[in-house]
Amino acid sequence: VRNAFADEVTKLACEDQRVVLLSGDIGNNLFEKFKLSSKGRFFNCGVAEANMMGVAAGLALNGLRPIVYTITPFTTTRCLEQIRDDVCYHRAPVMIVGTGAGLSYAELGPTHHSCEDIAIMRSLPGMTVLCPCDSLEIRLMLRQSLLHDGPIYMRIGKKGEPAVHDTAPALKIGQSITVRKGTDVCVLSTGNVMPMVLEAADTLEKEGISVRVESFHTVKPLDTKRLNEVFRRYRIVGAVEEHNQIGGFASAIAEWAMAQEGLLGRLMGFSLADRFLHEIGSQIYARERLGLSAQVLVDGIRRRHNAL
Amino acid sequence: MKRNLEELDRIARTLRARTIETSHRTATPHLGSCLSCVDILTALYFQVLNIDPARPSHPDRDRFILSKGHGAPALFQVLAMRGFYPETTLENFGEDGSYFGEHPPTPPHVPGVEAATGSLGHGLSMGIGMALSARILSRSHRVFALLSDGECNEGAVWEAAMFAAAQKLDRLAIVVDFNKWQATDRSENVMALSPLVDKWRAFGWSACEVDGHDLEALIEVLSRVPDDSGRPVAVIASTVKGKGVSFMEDDNNWHYRIPTASEVLSAKNELRVPA
Repeated sequence: VRNAFADEVTKLACEDQRVVLLSGDIGNNLFEKFKLSSKGRFFNCGVAEANMMGVAAGLALNGLRPIVYTITPFTTTRCLEQIRDDVCYHRAPVMIVGTGAGLSYAELGPTHHSCEDIAIMRSLPGMTVLCPCDSLEIRLMLRQSLLHDGPIYMRIGKKGEPAVHDTAPALKIGQSITVRKGTDVCVLSTGNVMPMVLEAADTLEKEGISVRVESFHTVKPLDTKRLNEVFRRYRIVGAVEEHNQIGGFASAIAEWAMAQEGLLGRLMGFSLADRFLHEIGSQIYARERLGLSAQVLVDGIRRRHNAL
Repeated sequence: MKRNLEELDRIARTLRARTIETSHRTATPHLGSCLSCVDILTALYFQVLNIDPARPSHPDRDRFILSKGHGAPALFQVLAMRGFYPETTLENFGEDGSYFGEHPPTPPHVPGVEAATGSLGHGLSMGIGMALSARILSRSHRVFALLSDGECNEGAVWEAAMFAAAQKLDRLAIVVDFNKWQATDRSENVMALSPLVDKWRAFGWSACEVDGHDLEALIEVLSRVPDDSGRPVAVIASTVKGKGVSFMEDDNNWHYRIPTASEVLSAKNELRVPA
């Protein structure tokens, strides 16, 4: 997905002279085309993310459309106050991109994990929070983001993630996409866990439990129209994310459901345990150690379904 | 619009008096920090900045960012006197629902305010973004940011310093209101700031020292931006906290103290401003 991001940003910058790309000293050879085709609009801001975020706000306040790109903890928690004060408080149209989100960098250890970014970013007034599930969603979101007049946070993976959509879906920020139809259970999936969700849905399907799957790529603002439809139609609604169980996507859905009469009990959250993972391993290994896998989804949903 | 030094001195004294009066009336602190930067603001707003109060959003205006946001009570008086809004607008200072408080609000709530500050160490980076945007958009405006010496404790200031120098942003300038105090101690006791001019120079800036209460000297050095160095400009303005009122000068209690009615009268008397 990293390459798709770089490719799409390069195209957009050619089409829209307002696009400026700021990188925190990462993306070696990733932005060479951008630098050539949009001269003077790429800045390696160094290993100095607080400054980079403030610079982005200043650019945006003067009419440009900066995109800030670095590894997720460094583009979120490292410079959180700059995001809060300089970007969000000013309603500056800065697009903040966190690469290697969630456990994408499992092998690098917790300094490079980001399992709290959704919680933190969505608590900032005016911030839009996007979690695309594949390259196509990233491309479409980038394009739409330029039409949005406010701050955006987008968490993406690293490289080699499988495609979910065969063809470009009709994507609109704030509107969930139905990836698979089903009648018994609905699973709302956000971000990079979609392949795992589809695997679980396949298994459940074979057991006779029909699962609808939604790509809930926008965590803020929530697609409440879709939530209303789904929660009234399905007695089991799962919310899946590669994120701490505190404050993320499932929490956001729970906050919405709390305000509805009798719907909260239909929700099942599938998130990560609230702890640091000290052991090194693959992304799948790290997920499992923190309590998230296709099997966990299958077991949980089957148990709830059989109890109905 | 050229003004003579005598007129500028009268403006600065009036601004001090109004800031002190407002502090008393609204119980707004940071008086010492406001008074130390009044002459810098006067030089900038009445002589240096290319601005038109009737067109506060003109794309070619010079940008000024009060990075030491707690100096806002002084800035609000300056903007009013410069004509960005009527002085009567300030009557609701500090009241429920007012935009005039201890720190500058986001634009465009108060005409002339380019950025909301308050947390220290943010303004310079935002100013760099504005200076870079001028370069990208082929505009020739300049960007000025006013920092405090205590603010230079923040690591982000030095990230910004290195980045601006690497980008050779010669239309960017900072003034450090170097009053030698921060909230609770002498700034030099808290962090090894000195030699501050050399530090900025070592970080790649065209740095100089000036008496921050010498209007003529301030105007001269600030009017030279961009100078011929090809570098961003750092003006280290040596100032006195609480400047202009004998019983406030260099007394750090006035970081938080609110003047009494009789202290306001004494201050005005010293400032030769009618009571």
